[in-house]
Amino acid sequence: MLTINNLHAQIEDKKILNGIDLQINAGEVHAIMGPNGSGKSTLASVLAGRSDYEVTDGTVEFDGVDLLEMSPEERAREGLFLAFQYPIEIPGVSTTNFIKTAVNEARKHRGQDALDAVSFLKLMKERMKLVKIDQSLLSRSLNEGFSGGEKKRNEIFQMAMLEPKLAILDETDSGLDIDALRIVADGVNALRSKDNATLVITHYQRLLDYIVPDFVHVLYKGRIVKSGGKELALELEEKGYDFIKQTIAEGV
Amino acid sequence: MSLTETIQDKYNELNAAAGNGLLGSIRAKAFELYNKSGIPTSRNEEWKYTRLTGLTNKNFAVHTTAVVPTKEMLNNVRLQSEFAAELFFVNGVFVKEISTFTNDALVVLSLHEAADSEYKTYVQQHLNQSSKYMKDGMNALNAAFTANGLFVLVKKNKVVEHPIFIYHITGTENDNVFVQPRSLLVVEENAQVQLVELYKNNGLHESFTNEVIEIAVQENARLEYYKVQDENENCHHVGTTHVQQVGKCFTHCVTITLNGGTIRNNINMILEAPNNEGHLYGLYMVNGKTHVDNHSIVDNLKPNCFSNEFYKGIMDGNSTGVFNGKIFVRQDAQKTNAYQSNKNVLISDNASVNTKPQLEIFADDVKCSHGCTVGQLDEDALFYLRARGIGEKKAKALLLHAFAADILEQVKIDVLKNYLEKKIDERLDIEVL
Repeated sequence: MLTINNLHAQIEDKKILNGIDLQINAGEVHAIMGPNGSGKSTLASVLAGRSDYEVTDGTVEFDGVDLLEMSPEERAREGLFLAFQYPIEIPGVSTTNFIKTAVNEARKHRGQDALDAVSFLKLMKERMKLVKIDQSLLSRSLNEGFSGGEKKRNEIFQMAMLEPKLAILDETDSGLDIDALRIVADGVNALRSKDNATLVITHYQRLLDYIVPDFVHVLYKGRIVKSGGKELALELEEKGYDFIKQTIAEGV
Repeated sequence: MSLTETIQDKYNELNAAAGNGLLGSIRAKAFELYNKSGIPTSRNEEWKYTRLTGLTNKNFAVHTTAVVPTKEMLNNVRLQSEFAAELFFVNGVFVKEISTFTNDALVVLSLHEAADSEYKTYVQQHLNQSSKYMKDGMNALNAAFTANGLFVLVKKNKVVEHPIFIYHITGTENDNVFVQPRSLLVVEENAQVQLVELYKNNGLHESFTNEVIEIAVQENARLEYYKVQDENENCHHVGTTHVQQVGKCFTHCVTITLNGGTIRNNINMILEAPNNEGHLYGLYMVNGKTHVDNHSIVDNLKPNCFSNEFYKGIMDGNSTGVFNGKIFVRQDAQKTNAYQSNKNVLISDNASVNTKPQLEIFADDVKCSHGCTVGQLDEDALFYLRARGIGEKKAKALLLHAFAADILEQVKIDVLKNYLEKKIDERLDIEVL
């Protein structure tokens, strides 16, 4: 589904990604872990199409198409979803209208008719249950005055509404207490299928107790330095990132 | 012949026809002042960014009587709304014959009728109060032609259920036209009223409006005032709205500018009694070569007054904007609370805004704040919307709609609010959400 090949990216003159290779297939859950500043969020931003980052080398294919050639909105309509680490507050734009617009843009892209009000409400009610999000939150302005947990839940709710092929969760666990974490994880798990894939970016192993990955990759200095199964996350948790740094240093 | 030359001829003509009396003496003094100060130039600090001389050097006809418009023309400008009164100005002259005002809460007269009636004291007390604050030639010029204006009294203890609409129609079918509407509204004790002013140029030539409206609001009364400008680049406007809060009362004024040529809006809120409350809101959303200048004065004369001012601007194309907000807090005006904010978004590289808050505080126990911003659309917000599949154009429109919504919410007349929202969404090219 997603094939990243030798991806290099920088912001201004600072090189952040230094040759990433990653293959994600339908039905898989991948986790990317790494210390602060290793390039985790940059990878998420580059995949979503943020223009602050310049891709200097490498390719990314999404379902056989060149992802890097597409605008952020085209990527989203093709089925790529980024759950933001820091969802933006947008006063004056109602959450419901925003989601309706987003859903219908994606439908239009797939050649489907826009959802009418009744079908949209029905879909919304059904998906609201998944992430235990309250109706009152959705009639407010987008993320405005939402707590940290509400913002993250709203991200997963949007994901549930948009049904992406590939969901990238950028530190979705940050700022969540254990109950909120479980709700968010339950939502993500309920949406998993053999046709979609998930890329979980996280700092801590904690989230991976709830969203169990098939593959774990360690990102360090802009490169994937180690890959393994879910047990790699546990090893990291136990030994800390210093162990990775040491391994790399010894290898040199 | 330039407008400045035409004015000299027309003044004599009007003055001879309109006779002397109360208005006559106001005219004479004002004309003297006008001749002394002339049309303001950019050397005048208050007019630094708004140039009128290009206009006054042009040829404009000055009419002192109205051509009665056709029914179609009227329907063209009317909002489909219930109303307490529909009052029409044509070429700057109040035309009673085509206006509708059968409402027992209201007295509607032409100014010269009012000056000769039982309401004469109101005219004496409140007409031309704006000249105390507006020392420039434009205000004087309007006063010098005061004759066929409008007088409205909202009677004591009456709550006027529907809005009063004032429509200004300028007929520029044959030539450029200069018009000078003048109105005086008195809201008596415990009365409540909503007033809306709208403008329409009927023709392809240029119009130049120099308007003064003065509103006196008495004890425990409530005024909502809306001024809506949505003409075209041929329509120039200098207008002063002078709100005198005589007794402890509440006012709420909203100025919306969507299109026009050179526009200067002065709004003065004079808080003359203790415990007065006043709100000033404005939205200007302009494109092309439109120049829009909003100048405000909030004058706190007595203790315990509250005022809040909030103006927002969306500037596109080659448009230019000015915001100048003055707050005076006089020595007596302890415990004043006065707030002011001006926020602008530039959506084109060629648009610009000059914004300037001015506070002059002579009392020592007051709370005042002011702030202004000029910026672009928030890139993070834009990316967030696009990352959900919303195209760039639509995402921008949603953000601009949201930016404008703060001010639109202050329009408390649903019909007007929906009308404006539709206009704004058309401009943004989005469906109404």
